[in-house]
Amino acid sequence: MVKDISTDNIWEILKTIPDPEIPVISIVDLGIIRAVQYAAATFTIIITPTYSGCPAMYLIKDEIIHNLESQGIINYQIETSLAPPWTTDWMSDEVKAKLKDAGIAPPANNIICPQCDSSEIEVISDFGSTACKALYKCNQCNEPFHYFKQI
Amino acid sequence: MASGNLFQYVLSIGDDALITAQRLSEWAYRAPFLEEDIALSNISLDMFGRANLFLEYAASLKGNDTTADDLAFKRNEREFTNKLLCEQPNGNFADTMIRQFFLDTFNKLFLIKLIDSNDDQLSAISQKAIKETNYHIRHSSKWVIRLGNGTAESHAKVQLAIDNLWMFTEELFEMNENDIQMKQQKVGVDCTALKPQWDIIINDIFLEARVKMPQDLYMTTGGRHGLHTEHLGHLLSDMQYLQRAYPDAKW
Repeated sequence: MVKDISTDNIWEILKTIPDPEIPVISIVDLGIIRAVQYAAATFTIIITPTYSGCPAMYLIKDEIIHNLESQGIINYQIETSLAPPWTTDWMSDEVKAKLKDAGIAPPANNIICPQCDSSEIEVISDFGSTACKALYKCNQCNEPFHYFKQI
Repeated sequence: MASGNLFQYVLSIGDDALITAQRLSEWAYRAPFLEEDIALSNISLDMFGRANLFLEYAASLKGNDTTADDLAFKRNEREFTNKLLCEQPNGNFADTMIRQFFLDTFNKLFLIKLIDSNDDQLSAISQKAIKETNYHIRHSSKWVIRLGNGTAESHAKVQLAIDNLWMFTEELFEMNENDIQMKQQKVGVDCTALKPQWDIIINDIFLEARVKMPQDLYMTTGGRHGLHTEHLGHLLSDMQYLQRAYPDAKW
């Protein structure tokens, strides 16, 4: 066990883990990590799923285990919490900007094309390549794009 | 007051989600076009996720190291208590959309009430699931409207789907002994009370789709007592094959 590890250190490690499906943002950016606590010489990392069937959750857990243990941290446990339910409201403006830069329209009341900022868009499908995304098309620049669903 | 059986209650709700998920997954790579294939797979995945949450909870209530997988793969047909509508075959695309529209509408009304459950875990799962169901109902109701207003053939098919599946709708609102006890303990939902709202939503969409609501048809029931239509056994033989042939096989 490594000495003098704080919950801040744990957060720093978690911030380096990319989301498996949208690697431009980290699992912390996504709001999956709800808390890091320390009690009785054990760190408890509380995570919440985005969608109830999100298959990436298994991989995310593995990634957390791998990243902590490769830094010599073994006194931890991972707990899953369902309430309050995950919401895209937990994403900061900074994170939304990262999504836009990657060509994914961030969650918003007024969706705009991530390429040309036009609001002349139409939905192709409410469901996309992952549970959290929908398919849109821009009628200004004619490019299709993913929209990160607001839930 | 007799205490209700929470395990059985959670298990039944989990069975509804599981069997619906399995049916929807049968559309994977077979849907009419790519976007629809992705949509149906996504909805199936949401329902599998929900089933997993309910069944994991049920397994924890049962104890003895029971897992959600044990409940999904090692029970026989008569031990499943899903409502009959969930197990009805996919048929043509209109058949699936009508089945889903009926179920989505019910699920929406049901989950809104289950959020208020005294049971923290049931409430937590519902808060999560309702967000997903809101997308599902948008998908299925749009299709009902589109098929109803499409060609003469699509209109006829969607009307036939409604007529064929209507007999399974009354069961959605039935309450058995255990449901009543769960409701009295403020754990469960009063399904009977959801019927008027369900009728309103169905009627509104049917009006827009220019299709008719069937009148006075024979209604069937039995799912909550393990009495199923012939279709469930076939579904299970597919879903449970691997665990039956190679017990406890792991990926």
